[in-house]
Amino acid sequence: MLEIRNLHVAIEDGSKKILNGLNLTIRDGEVAAIMGPNGSGKSTLSYVIAGKDDYEVLDGEILLDGKNLLEMEPDERAAAGVFLAFQYPLEIPGVATMTFLKAALNAQRKGRGEDELTTPDFMRRVKAGAEKLGIPQDMLKRGLNVGFSGGEKKRMEILQMALLEPSIGILDETDSGLDIDALKIVSEGVNALRSAKRSFLVITHYQRLLNYIVPDTVHVMSKGQIVRTGGKELALELEANGYADYVTNAAA
Amino acid sequence: MVAVKETVEQVKQLDVDQYKYGFTTDLEVDKAPKGLNEDIVRFISAKKGEPQWMLDWRLDAFRRWKTMDEPQWARVHYPKIDFNDSYYYAAPKKNAAPKTLDDVDPAILDTYKKLGIPLREQELLAGVQTSKVAVDAVFDSVSVVTTFKEELKKAGVIFCSISEAIKDHPELVKKYLGSVVPVTDNYYATLNCAVFTDGSFVYIPEGTRCPMELSTYFRINEKNTGQFERTLIIAEKGSYVSYLEGCTAPQRDENQLHAAVVELVALDDAEIKYSTVQNWYPGDAEGKGGIYNFVTKRGDCRGANSKISWTQVETGSAITWKYPSCILRGDNSRGEFYSIAVSNGYQQVDSGTKMIHLGKNTTSRIISKGISAGKSQNTYRGQVSAHRKATNARNFTNCDSLLIGETCGAHTVPYLESKNASAVFEHEATTSKISEDQLFYCRQRGLSAEEATALIVNGFVKDVLQQLPMEFAVEAQKLISISLEGSVG
Repeated sequence: MLEIRNLHVAIEDGSKKILNGLNLTIRDGEVAAIMGPNGSGKSTLSYVIAGKDDYEVLDGEILLDGKNLLEMEPDERAAAGVFLAFQYPLEIPGVATMTFLKAALNAQRKGRGEDELTTPDFMRRVKAGAEKLGIPQDMLKRGLNVGFSGGEKKRMEILQMALLEPSIGILDETDSGLDIDALKIVSEGVNALRSAKRSFLVITHYQRLLNYIVPDTVHVMSKGQIVRTGGKELALELEANGYADYVTNAAA
Repeated sequence: MVAVKETVEQVKQLDVDQYKYGFTTDLEVDKAPKGLNEDIVRFISAKKGEPQWMLDWRLDAFRRWKTMDEPQWARVHYPKIDFNDSYYYAAPKKNAAPKTLDDVDPAILDTYKKLGIPLREQELLAGVQTSKVAVDAVFDSVSVVTTFKEELKKAGVIFCSISEAIKDHPELVKKYLGSVVPVTDNYYATLNCAVFTDGSFVYIPEGTRCPMELSTYFRINEKNTGQFERTLIIAEKGSYVSYLEGCTAPQRDENQLHAAVVELVALDDAEIKYSTVQNWYPGDAEGKGGIYNFVTKRGDCRGANSKISWTQVETGSAITWKYPSCILRGDNSRGEFYSIAVSNGYQQVDSGTKMIHLGKNTTSRIISKGISAGKSQNTYRGQVSAHRKATNARNFTNCDSLLIGETCGAHTVPYLESKNASAVFEHEATTSKISEDQLFYCRQRGLSAEEATALIVNGFVKDVLQQLPMEFAVEAQKLISISLEGSVG
């Protein structure tokens, strides 16, 4: 379970406050969607959960299964079960995708005090995962994300999530830059990972993604707060009416 | 990423001192008196039992050296060197003239063991390494032992110290010594000609593929002692040899001088592959101590279709001044230069290559990767030239710099010169920083800051690491990561 209480966050140099007392709880197995206009703080929220340096947490707490994430380094959070699928996955030239996956998986296992996977065992898992997502084998030999198309990068993020088996998967605008076919493949990949123990936080501008990844709850975010919470039908309402109401309401 | 993991673990074990080769060996030493003059040159020559022609050559070089000035053009800064404040000859006493490994002082064998260089042939054969490597071990001013000599002899290969070669193969030494790097080539090379003490000699006969890797391991042990080694490799027509050189030195507060000359000669259809893993003591965290490394390395592709390839991994030395070069004299000859230069702390690196295209259809390739961290300065300096007769000369240069942190510098200084209209030179250069975003991405996937940096750096240098013989590539990968310890965060 992920619990965020009264979270206040500013950009590191203190110039701008982005999250203003945000509260959010995601139960085990729940898929929560966060929607909201540009600049409402959605991506900041995902970065702060994952532990990016550029932000200063002024107040509040983030607990994952009762553990205080704010006291952990980014790699410790990852080992504790936080996975962030980046909106813009980074390129690591010269590091074969396969090498990166293995290093990441074994680092997390080590962080949790587990044994490293044997190479054949690891290869089996990667191959099975890659096949499901339509990722060709030769892509795994190329430098991580180097020269990958937008769709390939997003599929690679989902493959990483499948291998790392997090307790919470955060998808930061995973639908951006995807055509409809890629969107389906990625969504199927995410749906296959849904389980009673694993929760998801799906950040998106558009309702379309939620046709494929059907959420249990939908939250509207504006000016760094959750301003409304509802079921999956809330997404349809937003699609029809836009965010204008929330922007003015929050400002008022 | 076994290597990355091992690296990180190794790094953690090395508490304050990151340089793990910094120990000294206590030995009784036979030294020349301090200082530099004609008597010292005579002293060295006499110690080596050299013939008169060799002494004359040295004295001539010394007289010329006295008229020369230290070069000032490199981007390195250091206090003026007092050449009279060093010892120019130091040899372990017990090691007067060992014939076999059993005659070598156990303290020296132990030193090499600690350095991870197995000298005992049976240890090598016992399967520590998958392929055999013959080693010439140079300790301060003398070669203490050369392994696998007998086996190489069967193939007709001569692998011995240069001192032995001067005595046993004078005709070859006379013919080739100074033929690639002339006596008056540059200040440090001329000094080397006068006072060189030992080094390796390799001769590969016509049509022979050297049956194993050859390597020389240089160790400076004595205080205040300069090491001036001289290496000469000759590959006759249609032959092949792969040679590796490694270097370390103890931690000392004073700077020590190392000025080597390496000459390679490749005749028709011959190929020489020369790899270096240079890990001289780089100085401490405040920039105190460390080796001044002024080295002249040059290969002559003298025959048609010959090939010389330099691969270097440079992580040590307070100052590195080094430009392994190729003279592409034979038609269709090829020169290659692959380099990784890592600088951290207060290290200063000014390194690169020269590709001199003289023959027709000559090709060269330069891949240089510079990594700067701490307060270091890292300069690539490279010259590519095509002479009037070098029709269809081709060069490709790729020069990438990676910066870690805010206080280091990377500089690229290419010189391109073509006197033949058909020559084609390509030059690519990039400078990048390990971005915070890349690091965060890796850490989000579970890698620690050190593991993430090691991974990104290893990716950056991959093209060059691939050029190293397998066993050394793994070693080099670890070495690079250790050199960068403390550069993140």
